[in-house]
Amino acid sequence: MITELGHFALILALFVAIIQSTVPLIGAARRHLGWMAVGRSCALIGFALTALSMLALMHAYVTSDFTVINVIQNSHTDKPLLYKITGVWGNHEGSMLLWVFMLSLCAAAVALFSDNLPPALRARVLAVQGMIAVGFLLFILLTSNPFLRTFPPAPNGQGLNPVLQDPGLAFHPPFLYLGYVGFSVAFAFAVAALIEGRVDAAWARWVRPWTLASWCALTVGIAMGSWWAYYTLGWGGWWFWDPVENASFMPWLVGTALIHSSIVVEKRDTLKSWTILLAIITFSLSLVGTFLVRSGVLTSVHAFATDPERGTFILLLLIVAIGGSLTLYAIRAPALKGGGLFAPISREGALVLNNVLLSCGCATVFLGTLYPLFLDAVGGPKLSVGFPFFNRTFAPMMVPMVIAVGIGPMLAWKRGDLLGALQRLWVAYIATALVVLVAFYVTYGGPVLAVLGLGLSAWLFTAVLTEFAERIRLFRVPFGDSVRRTIHLPRSAYGMTFAHLGLAVSVAGFAASPWAQEAIEILKPGGTISIAGYHLTLEHVDRVQGPNYTADDASIRVTNGEKFVATLHPERRFFPLQQQTTGETAIRTNFLADLYVALGDSDTAGDWTVRVYWKPLVPWIWIGAIIMAFGGAVSLSDRRWRVGAAARAFRRGPQPAPAAGE
Amino acid sequence: MKRLIYLLPLVLFLVLAAYFAVSLRPNHDIHELPSAMIEKPAPSFDLAGLGETRPFALSTLKGHPFIIASWCVPCRIEHPLLMRLAEQDHLPLYGIDYKDRPEDGTRLLATFGDPYRQVGMDRDGRVGLDFGVYGVPETYVVDSTGVIRRRFVGPLTAETVDKDILPLLKQLDQS
Repeated sequence: MITELGHFALILALFVAIIQSTVPLIGAARRHLGWMAVGRSCALIGFALTALSMLALMHAYVTSDFTVINVIQNSHTDKPLLYKITGVWGNHEGSMLLWVFMLSLCAAAVALFSDNLPPALRARVLAVQGMIAVGFLLFILLTSNPFLRTFPPAPNGQGLNPVLQDPGLAFHPPFLYLGYVGFSVAFAFAVAALIEGRVDAAWARWVRPWTLASWCALTVGIAMGSWWAYYTLGWGGWWFWDPVENASFMPWLVGTALIHSSIVVEKRDTLKSWTILLAIITFSLSLVGTFLVRSGVLTSVHAFATDPERGTFILLLLIVAIGGSLTLYAIRAPALKGGGLFAPISREGALVLNNVLLSCGCATVFLGTLYPLFLDAVGGPKLSVGFPFFNRTFAPMMVPMVIAVGIGPMLAWKRGDLLGALQRLWVAYIATALVVLVAFYVTYGGPVLAVLGLGLSAWLFTAVLTEFAERIRLFRVPFGDSVRRTIHLPRSAYGMTFAHLGLAVSVAGFAASPWAQEAIEILKPGGTISIAGYHLTLEHVDRVQGPNYTADDASIRVTNGEKFVATLHPERRFFPLQQQTTGETAIRTNFLADLYVALGDSDTAGDWTVRVYWKPLVPWIWIGAIIMAFGGAVSLSDRRWRVGAAARAFRRGPQPAPAAGE
Repeated sequence: MKRLIYLLPLVLFLVLAAYFAVSLRPNHDIHELPSAMIEKPAPSFDLAGLGETRPFALSTLKGHPFIIASWCVPCRIEHPLLMRLAEQDHLPLYGIDYKDRPEDGTRLLATFGDPYRQVGMDRDGRVGLDFGVYGVPETYVVDSTGVIRRRFVGPLTAETVDKDILPLLKQLDQS
């Protein structure tokens, strides 16, 4: 009964979305306020209906309703409650429902927090969101319905893939989808602006908070996914250039370009058609990512049960959504007139450089990901493009970008003084040189690239702090004045500082990876492994009973010289239902380095394969990502996004550009 | 001319969409590729032996049904079973050390015993690629005419050995 309610709610949501995508659009064209207002109510009703549908499916999972095919295929009575709930999106159908739920959440948020938007723009934005919802609701209802029943009911379910039975499943997909789908708002704003033929500072100011929020969610989502892979897969890697990872990374790269180029639109009233294009591409890449994951055209560790019929449907969706919006772009964008002119060396120039590098980086990832598909389509050999390609092409492109991130914010708008900025960064040169020298001395004979990477991180870190010190005129005005400036600095300035610092922290984490050490040994109880000054002793391995698995739990005593450090407990879990074994790694971190232990198989003689990794600075990768997302959130709390501020600024026209270090 | 630039994104996307459409064509599933090797002659190879052992080439093996397996750290699960097949059932097992360092392979065999009559060293994974290996361990049963008869992905289990491999080899021996 409840399942049918969920099903009907989803069908109703489809009809509401059809109304949402048509009536407000006609209303906006005819300037009929009543028709425009329909968009708002539809978005809210649509959200309520999809939420109901989501809850209904959750109910089926929690109560283990084995008349529902989706529950049979992905759940089991023995599964802990957390995984009964998160298992809802641990499969194709449920995750599409989560996707649509997030989409309706975004539409409802636009409907609620858009009082300062002109009614016509709001109506058009909501209509575009409605169209996306129609596409995906149709997709779910026609090809991937999670509410289908079967009779007679199954005695029990087939359980969830053991790899997914991890708390990571509770957070990683929702954040990732919120990020993916959140970019639909920027997309809808871009399409609405193309329909109206007008892009101005006010538009940029409205769209920016939505872009920032989705960017934060995507940053967190990707970081969590990477961390999850790191602690679950058991060989210490944190990024695999897997097609599906790339599918989430590409919108992130272009989305990052978008949040920077929309600053230029807002402050300087230029780069308009480029920003619109970025908004379209960001969401298009989210859609392409969905296509790649669900259609099975590329092999990936994330492969869902794939089905060519679904692939065809999503491809049609892509052609309508991306093809349609790019056609509109081709027609309307030439008419968008740029405003402010600027010299190549200027804040705008630096942001353009950022955009160029990020877009080229994304293009590289795109080519690397899809090259096997292109080659295969023309009958070429089967191959996959791995680490070497990405490390040789993507990484070198990001080096100049990280260097430029340090300099860009020091340049004034319109025309900057590069030499002056470089002179004011003297602290950063000293810090970089010091870090490089010390690192080179400490790791003499080791990988040189890692040393340079660490220098890059030090450069960015100190350059960002220098820029901040300039803003508050530290040591130039009395200290009290600096404190006052610190307090009155806009939140967006803080946001930028945090985000760039976060990047510096992550870069250090990436750079240090060549220093990692690993040791693989076959140990009897009592045997030891030594790595990076630690001694690990396998004390004993116990058989432990979990809720739906049995585990071999190893007790590994870690000492550093004579000093006891910790006892680590890596596990090997055997899930009898799926006849599958998973590893639970044990990680001891002091935030400077991780000691990472994974338990391998045992042989009949009672020997255990134990893998140990020592990974310096690896936690910084995710700490940096969290700082970046935090920076985004701080920027999001800037008061100029809130009610009124945008409208006032709109009357005044584009704000005069604040000079660097103002 | 300037307007044409604005058409470029659309054109690029349409090219991409065409590629996607081609990849979705029916009867085309990249996951199925390896099974296409079944009932086909095994790809010819000529490998250096592991460590100090003799070279291992396909041509030297004609006339015997045999099994090729590859190994890796997780493959240690199936190792005791391979030992049993070699020692009790006297099956001709041949190994390919796939994408591995020779010293690691030698050490593994020294630790757990060596069930193989011969082992080839496929350091860069070329032969594995020809066989369509995408995850180790994989096991192939090759008949006396050099045709691949069965392929097993993942560690062998006692059940597959008893129900699948042994009857198949018996049948191959008789024919």
